[in-house]
Amino acid sequence: MLQTAPRSKRTTAKKAPVHERFREAFRWMLLARTMEEKLVSLYRGGHITGGVYIGKGQEAISVACGLFLEKNDIFAPLIRDQAGRSAFGEPLVDVARTYLGSRLGPMRGRDGNIHRGRPSDNQLAMISHLGAMVSATVGALMAKRFKGEKKFVGLTAIGEGGMQTGSCHEGMNIAAVEQVPLVVVAFASHDLVERAIGYGFEGYSLDGTDLNACLDVIGSAVKRARAGRPPQLVVAAMLRLSGHGEHDDASYVTDEIKRQPFAQDCLKLAEKKIVDLELVDAETLRSWRDDAAAKVEEAITTAQQDPQPAGEKEDWCALHTRELLDQME
Amino acid sequence: MSITYLEAIREAQAKLLREDERVFIYGQDVGGTFGGAFKATKGLAKEFPGRVLNTPISEDAIVGTAIGAALNGMRPIVEMQFADFSSIALNQILNHAGTHYWRTQVPVPITVRLPGGGTKGSGPFHSQSMESIYAHYPGLIVMTPATVEDAYTMLIEAVAIDDPVIYCEHKYLYYHLKADKLPEKGLPTGRARIARAGRDLTIVTYSAMVQESLSAAEELAREGLESEVVDLRTVKPLDTDTVLASVARTGRLLCVGESFPWGGATAEIIARVTSAGFHLLDAAPVRINAKDTPIPYHPNLWSAHRPSAKTIAAKARMLLRE
Ligand SMILES: Cc1ncc(C[n+]2csc(CCOP(=O)(O)OP(=O)(O)O)c2C)c(N)n1
Repeated sequence: MLQTAPRSKRTTAKKAPVHERFREAFRWMLLARTMEEKLVSLYRGGHITGGVYIGKGQEAISVACGLFLEKNDIFAPLIRDQAGRSAFGEPLVDVARTYLGSRLGPMRGRDGNIHRGRPSDNQLAMISHLGAMVSATVGALMAKRFKGEKKFVGLTAIGEGGMQTGSCHEGMNIAAVEQVPLVVVAFASHDLVERAIGYGFEGYSLDGTDLNACLDVIGSAVKRARAGRPPQLVVAAMLRLSGHGEHDDASYVTDEIKRQPFAQDCLKLAEKKIVDLELVDAETLRSWRDDAAAKVEEAITTAQQDPQPAGEKEDWCALHTRELLDQME
Repeated sequence: MSITYLEAIREAQAKLLREDERVFIYGQDVGGTFGGAFKATKGLAKEFPGRVLNTPISEDAIVGTAIGAALNGMRPIVEMQFADFSSIALNQILNHAGTHYWRTQVPVPITVRLPGGGTKGSGPFHSQSMESIYAHYPGLIVMTPATVEDAYTMLIEAVAIDDPVIYCEHKYLYYHLKADKLPEKGLPTGRARIARAGRDLTIVTYSAMVQESLSAAEELAREGLESEVVDLRTVKPLDTDTVLASVARTGRLLCVGESFPWGGATAEIIARVTSAGFHLLDAAPVRINAKDTPIPYHPNLWSAHRPSAKTIAAKARMLLRE
């Protein structure tokens, strides 16, 4: 019989932060925020075609999703996972190239913005349809089991909205049926962790604005999955601090909601902790900021100089087996 | 020895499991004693432990899981209990598997078996032919075997192909078709077959309608009318060259499909022949499909809903009078 583990109480910093890990996570968050701010300004200046979808406010959870995975693990990030993607190993230039439509990026102008990935490097390329990546992650883990690999995990993220899809439900159920080492991390403004019981997952909830809690809870969930425990559901309470995309000013978020604890900015809170606990001095903090800005600048500049795809030169073949292409003309 | 279309599908899967350790079978009850809804996997779970896996009733997740496994080096064969239920998996098939290679350069070698097509008494939700929907979307191969031999070799070929393959097996043919033995090798994928040669008219068809068309051709032959029957074998890719070559010989084209009439494979063939071979035609091409209603339950209605040897022959006579 599977049982849902007791929820971890929302006591932050029960123990002192593991400083090194905290600092590293903070730097990925900073890089993600800096990158996304740059993307927003490029969008406002009319330099990005299509939408820009950012993870502002979600960086603490996201970075924890990427940070505990090894190269051979499977990561299926979602729309607001810039921090986690970087922590997992996605080169920043991939982001810039995908948003700017470079022919040299992983998607080569064929897909854009957050719809990117490198499946051969275990970072699945999300499709828009929410929930669809859950079962794909399960399948990737089953393949590893078939091949006799050991000690691997898969992690996928999903929003509270995405959790309502049939696809997400089917995916979580099939994960429990197959008992694969899957961690599902949900971002929500309601606590949905009770669902874990129904799915046969172990469930935990946490304050998604608290980096330390994110690292602890998601880190342990990854560890438990790796050790062969049932699939894990982590539900993180947080508020998206932006609209759905940059076309959306989020004017529907009331002041009352903004005053709630879960509406705090995780990056600011993490920085405050760094300052309060004197984890690094002001000088170092400044140098991290400069370093993030320089990395973003470099990635964007590179992508801006890249060739763009051209319709007349494109290889219009959706099949790997070229000789089976249907000749229409 | 005599082997049925259904047994050929089972034998192909047994061979694949035996010879390729990347292969596993995934579907509802495929590992049960019954062997899926139609016994196409009967006994395989016992013979290949751990590789014929039962799933929950979760078509979306079944295909999603297969995609994830395929991306990690496996060659999953998914069995849909009925083609009709693959509607639940459309998103994973069309938007995930079908777009994946184009988007990422990483192909998704899954095979999805769709037991489709009508049988008496099966009604609106257990009779559908889905090939035209899948053929409409980019990134997929759509196979429609019409013979025992093709059922066998094409399934083996489907698993070898790096791209997602929709393998449409016809339930009516499961027990109706028999062969003496299974071939080592079939025609290449994408090549149509001349199922019967004739000089007066070309009937282009696929799947169970090949048998109906062959019966119609026999009926017409008794009246001195010689039809050539082209079995497409795959509706995507579509072997336009073989079709055009046949029309060049006969000057008349009749397309037959069991799916609904709006658009689809038959319309596609006519579009291609009229634009590339208008000068070859002595009369306007015609097509015959199922009626534009859900598929009826009652045998009297069902047999009138889908094309049959009789209605195909009648259409052919009309076309030959033009
Ligand atoms: C199946 C599906 N339906 C609709 C959409 C359009 N859509 C994109 S994001 C979104 C909201 C998702 O909400 P949630 O999962 O809570 O995540 P959030 O965007 O708030 O981070 C919707 C409806 C989609 N991508 N997929």
